[in-house]
Amino acid sequence: MRISRSWLLEWLPDLGLDGRQLGDVLTMAGLELDALEYAAPAFSGVVVGRVVSVEAHPNADRLKVCRVEEGGNGLHQVVCGAPNVAAGMLAPYARVGAVLPNGNKIKQAKLRGVSSEGMLCSASELGLAESSAGLMELPENAPVGEDIREYLELDDEILEIDLTPNRADCLSMRGVAREASLLLGKPFADQKAVFVPPAHAKTFPVKVEAPRACPRYAGRVITGLSPASRSPLWLQERLRRAGIRSISVPVDVTNYVMLELGQPMHAFDLDKLEKKIRVRKARGGESIKLIDGQEVSIPEDTLVISDAVGPIAIAGIMGGQGTAVSESTSDIFLESAFFDPEAISGRARKLGLHTESSHRFERGVDPAIQIKALERASQLLIEIAGGEAGPLIDLQNEEYLPHGHPIHLRPERISQLLGMEIAPKEVERILSALGCEVVSSEAGWEVVPPSYRFDLTIEADLIEELARVQGYDRIPERRGASATRIKQTNDSEISLISLREDLQVLGYQEVVTYSFIDPEASHLFAPDHVPLKLANPISVDMSVMRPTLWPSLINVLNYNRKRQQARGRVFEIGLRFLADDSCTRQLPTLAGASFGGAAPEQWGIPSKAIDFFDIKGDVENLFSKAAVQPEFYADEHPALHPGQAARIKVGDVFVGWLGMLHPQIERDYGFDQPVGLFEIDLSALQQSRIPYFEPISKYPALRRDFAILVPAATPAGNVLHAIEGMGIEDLRSVNLFDVYMGEGIEKGHKSLAFGLVFQALSKNLTDQEVDSSLQRIIEELGRRFAAKLRG
Amino acid sequence: MNLDELQQSAFKAIEAASDLAALENVRVHYLGKKGELTQLLKSLSNLPAAERPTLGDAINKAKQSLVEAIKSRRALLNEEFLKERLREEYVDVTLPGRRPQIMGTLHPLTHTIHRIGELFAQAGFDVAEGPEIEDDYHNFTALNIPEHHPARAMQDTFYFPDGRLLRTQTSPVQIRTMEKQKPPIRIIAPGRVYRCDSDITHSPMFHQVEGLAVGEGITFADLKGVLADFLRAFFECDDLSTRFRPSYFPFTEPSAEVDVECVHCHGRGCRVCSQSGWLEVLGSGMVHPHVLENVGVDPERFTGYAFGMGVERLAMLKYGVPDLRMFFENDLRFLSQF
Ligand SMILES: [Zn+2]
Repeated sequence: MRISRSWLLEWLPDLGLDGRQLGDVLTMAGLELDALEYAAPAFSGVVVGRVVSVEAHPNADRLKVCRVEEGGNGLHQVVCGAPNVAAGMLAPYARVGAVLPNGNKIKQAKLRGVSSEGMLCSASELGLAESSAGLMELPENAPVGEDIREYLELDDEILEIDLTPNRADCLSMRGVAREASLLLGKPFADQKAVFVPPAHAKTFPVKVEAPRACPRYAGRVITGLSPASRSPLWLQERLRRAGIRSISVPVDVTNYVMLELGQPMHAFDLDKLEKKIRVRKARGGESIKLIDGQEVSIPEDTLVISDAVGPIAIAGIMGGQGTAVSESTSDIFLESAFFDPEAISGRARKLGLHTESSHRFERGVDPAIQIKALERASQLLIEIAGGEAGPLIDLQNEEYLPHGHPIHLRPERISQLLGMEIAPKEVERILSALGCEVVSSEAGWEVVPPSYRFDLTIEADLIEELARVQGYDRIPERRGASATRIKQTNDSEISLISLREDLQVLGYQEVVTYSFIDPEASHLFAPDHVPLKLANPISVDMSVMRPTLWPSLINVLNYNRKRQQARGRVFEIGLRFLADDSCTRQLPTLAGASFGGAAPEQWGIPSKAIDFFDIKGDVENLFSKAAVQPEFYADEHPALHPGQAARIKVGDVFVGWLGMLHPQIERDYGFDQPVGLFEIDLSALQQSRIPYFEPISKYPALRRDFAILVPAATPAGNVLHAIEGMGIEDLRSVNLFDVYMGEGIEKGHKSLAFGLVFQALSKNLTDQEVDSSLQRIIEELGRRFAAKLRG
Repeated sequence: MNLDELQQSAFKAIEAASDLAALENVRVHYLGKKGELTQLLKSLSNLPAAERPTLGDAINKAKQSLVEAIKSRRALLNEEFLKERLREEYVDVTLPGRRPQIMGTLHPLTHTIHRIGELFAQAGFDVAEGPEIEDDYHNFTALNIPEHHPARAMQDTFYFPDGRLLRTQTSPVQIRTMEKQKPPIRIIAPGRVYRCDSDITHSPMFHQVEGLAVGEGITFADLKGVLADFLRAFFECDDLSTRFRPSYFPFTEPSAEVDVECVHCHGRGCRVCSQSGWLEVLGSGMVHPHVLENVGVDPERFTGYAFGMGVERLAMLKYGVPDLRMFFENDLRFLSQF
C-alpha cells in the first residue's frame, strides 16, 4: 500500500511527523515501512509556464517556435517539438539552468538555427509518467511562475507500507489515517458524510442469486456524464502516487474511492447491460473477455456478475470488456458490493490474476461501507463530469452479512498471555480507540469490534491489539521461569554431528544440494524406480524427488572438476525418497562421492587415484563405532562398475551400497578418472552400543602367521569370516595381511596370508595348544574353500 | 715381548680403533681369555716365586691402565657415533607433514544449525524432526491456515499430484510433536523447507529452525527473554539490541517479528540493513489457541510460544556470505572456508 503523506494530512491535520518518523511509528505497530520515496525524482528550476504564442519554425516542419511567459521578466523564446503545444496552454517550463531528473542541465541553445531558452516539459521528462505523448497540460488556474514542485507538492513523501493479510482495514487512506491517529493519539478528521440526492428515478434491476457469497450488493445509475470530461490533475496525481494509471473519469473515480475508503467499485456502461444484473455462481463452460483483453474460461463455483446474456464481470476480481465504460459512455451503473472473502480468495490466483480489487476482497472489505463509497463516488463523478444520480440500490442479506460478535476479555488472560498486566482503564481506552464497543462485565469486558476489524474474533486477538498499541517494547524480557529437567537420552546413539566430524576427519567436505533432481539422472541411477514427481516444479531438471543422493553429489564433483579442482571428496546427509505403491518412504541417508588422488598431492605420499578400497576403508571407519559391523557382498548396481560394487549389510538388512561409478557414466559425465561412491541408511550408522569392560590378559600373546592358496574367485572376506566364526578358543585377532597372485602361485589361485594372535586370560598358552588350534583352522579352510597351506 | 712393548702396542691399537667393533677386537686381543696380557699373566706361574709379585704387580697395573684406556676410548667412540647418527637423522622440519587426508569441512549451514541447537539446548530445548513430504493438514490446516487463506498465497508451495506437498516451513513439526507428546514441550525443529521460488534472494530449498515451548505459565515475556538471549549469544554480542514488532502469522497470536541491531553497522544504517539499522531475523508469537485445540491441548490451561528463523539468513549475516545461492553451489573453494 502506497501512502501519500500529503493526502494523509487531509485526515490527520495534526500529524506533525515526517515520512520517516511516521514510518517508524507504523512499523512498530505492525504496518511495516518497506520504502520511502518522494512523489517525483529530484529536479529543479521548473515552473508553471504559459505558452503565449506558437509559430512555425522556419527550418523544421516538426518544430514550433513558442513564446513562454513564466512570471519573471519578459517572454522566453522556446523551440518545442511537442504535438500538443498550443497558444494559451499552461505547461511545466524548465528555465535555463534547470536540472531535469535525467541529469540534463538546460542551457541556452540554438535549434535548427533558432535560439531557444529553456524547455517545455512532458510528464515523463519530469519523471511523472512512464511515457508521454506531449506536453504535460496544467490546469488553467495554475499560478504562472510558481515552482512546479511546490505547485504539485512533489516533495510529498510516499510511504510504501507492507501490510500483513489480517490488516485489510488499512488498505485505504482512511484506514491508515485511522490507525495512525490511534497510535499517535492525534485527532482523526473523518470525512463528512456525503449525500447525493437522487435527481431522477432511474434504476436497474439486480438479483442476488448467491447471497452467501454476496451478502450485500449496492449500486446506482448515473446518467448524463460528459464523455469529454477528463480527470483533474489533483486526482490523477493522487492515483499516480498510489501506483494507479489514470484511464477515464468513471474508472479513475472508482479507483480513487477504493484508495480513499477501501471499497473496490466497478462502473458498467449502462447501455451495454442487457435487462438485469444477476449475481450468481458461474455455470460450467462460461467464459468472458476481460477489460485487459484476455479471454478466460470461468471455473465453476466462481462468483460472477451477469446480465441477461452472460457474465459481465468476475465478481470482485475484474470486469468484462463488453460492458466496460468507453470514450462515448455517458450513463453508467455503479457497483459497490460486499463479497464474502471465502468466495473470492484463491479465485484470482487460479485465473492468474491479481487486481487491486481482488486483493481487497480476498482479505475482506468493511461490510458497512458500501453506501458511503457509492455516495462519495457519485459526488466526485458529478463534480468532474456532470451527470445525475438515480436512487440507491442496496440489497442486503442479513443472514450472511458478518456481524460483530461480542468477545469476552478477561484481565487474567491478558497477563497469562503477555506476562504483563495492563491497567483496566488502559484496556478500555485502547479498545475504545480501536473503535470497539466495550462493556464492563463481571469478569472483565464484553467487546464488540468495529465492522472494519473483522480480523478480531477471539480473546487472543484483542490481547494482541492491546500489546500492539501499547508497544511490544513494554512487555518485559523474562528468564528462567521454565523449570528444565535433565532428560533421558540415549548414549548409544551416535549424533549426526559426531558422524559429520568423523567424515571430516576422513577428509570429506559436506555439501547441501536440492532434494529434487532431473528425471533422467534419477533413471540413470535408479532405473527400476519410478520417482515421485512434483506437480509444479521450477524446471524439468528439478522435477522429481531423488531416490538416491548420488546424482547430486556427482554434479557437485563435476561442477568443481570444471573449476580446475583436481580432487574432491564430498558427502551429504539428507532424505532419499522412495515411492512405493502405497507409501512414500523418506529415508535419512548419508552419501559420499570422491574423485582424484587417494591422498592429496604431496611430497611424502606417492600419488595414486582412488580405488574401491579407499572408499571401502572410509565406510569401515564410519562403522567403527556402530553396534553391529557391516558385511560386504559383491552385487550389481546400474550405476556402479560391475566388478567393483558391494552391497552393505548390517545384520539381516541391506543398508547401502559402495563402489566405483560405472565407467560408462563416468565418461558420459566427462570425468577422466574413477569416481568412488557410497550411500548408507543413516540409521545403520547411528546405532552404537555403550562399551562394557572386558578383562585384559596379563599373559603373553603368541602369534602365528600362515599363507594359504585358494581359487582366485574365492572372496577373501568369506575366508576371514570363516576363521573368526569358528569359535577358536583364545584367538584374539585375525589379520589378513597379504594377498598375492602372480609369479610362484599356481594359475587361477591366489595366496592369502593371515596373522593370528592367541592369548588366554588366565594362563600361559603353550605352543602345542596354539599349533593344534592352527591345525584345526587350516583343515576347516581346506574343507570349505579347498585351501592348501602354502609351503 | 716385554711388558712395556706390549703396553705400548696396546695403547696404539686402542687409539687406532675407529669404531666400537674394532675397539672390542683390541680388548679381546689383549685382555680376552686368550689375550696377550692374559697369557702373560698366566705365564707368571712359570717364573721363580721371588719374581712373581713384582712382575705380577706390573702386569696388573698395565691391565688396569688398558682397561681405563679402552673405557675412555669407548666413551669417546660412543659420543662420536651418536653425533654421527644425529647428523644423519636430520630432517627439514619446514617440509609439510604427511597427510593421507586433509581434514574436511562441514557446511556453513550445518555449523549454523548446530550452533542454534547448542544454544537452545542450554535452555532445555530438544531437537525434533519431521518429514519433508507433508500433507496439507500438517503444513496448513492444523496451523490455522485454512484453504484459500491469503497466507497460503504468501508462500508458493510445491505440490505432488496426489495433493501432498513439500513442507513450506518446519512448523508442521510443532503439530506432529504435540500430537505425540503432552506439555510441557520444548523443542526446536531444524530442517529443509521448500518454496516454489527461485531468484537472487530466494532458493527453492532452504533451511529453517522452528522452536516451540508449551506449558503452564508460558508468556510473551518468556518468548522475549529466550529470543533476546539467543540472539545475543548467536551474534556473540552482550549488548545487542533487539526489537519485537507486531506482525501476523496464522498460527500465532500475538505475533511478532524480531529485528536485531544491524551487525554490520551497529545500528547506524548501511547497505546490509537498507539504512534502517535493523535486521529482521525471526518470526515468533504466542501459539494460537486454535492450533492448541487442533492437537488436543487445552488453551485455557496451557500457553506457549513458537518462533522460526531462516538458517541461510543467519549464516549469511554471521559469515558475511553475500549471495544465498553460494550455499547450494557447493564450490569446494567456498566450502573450504568453513
Ligand atoms: Zn546496517
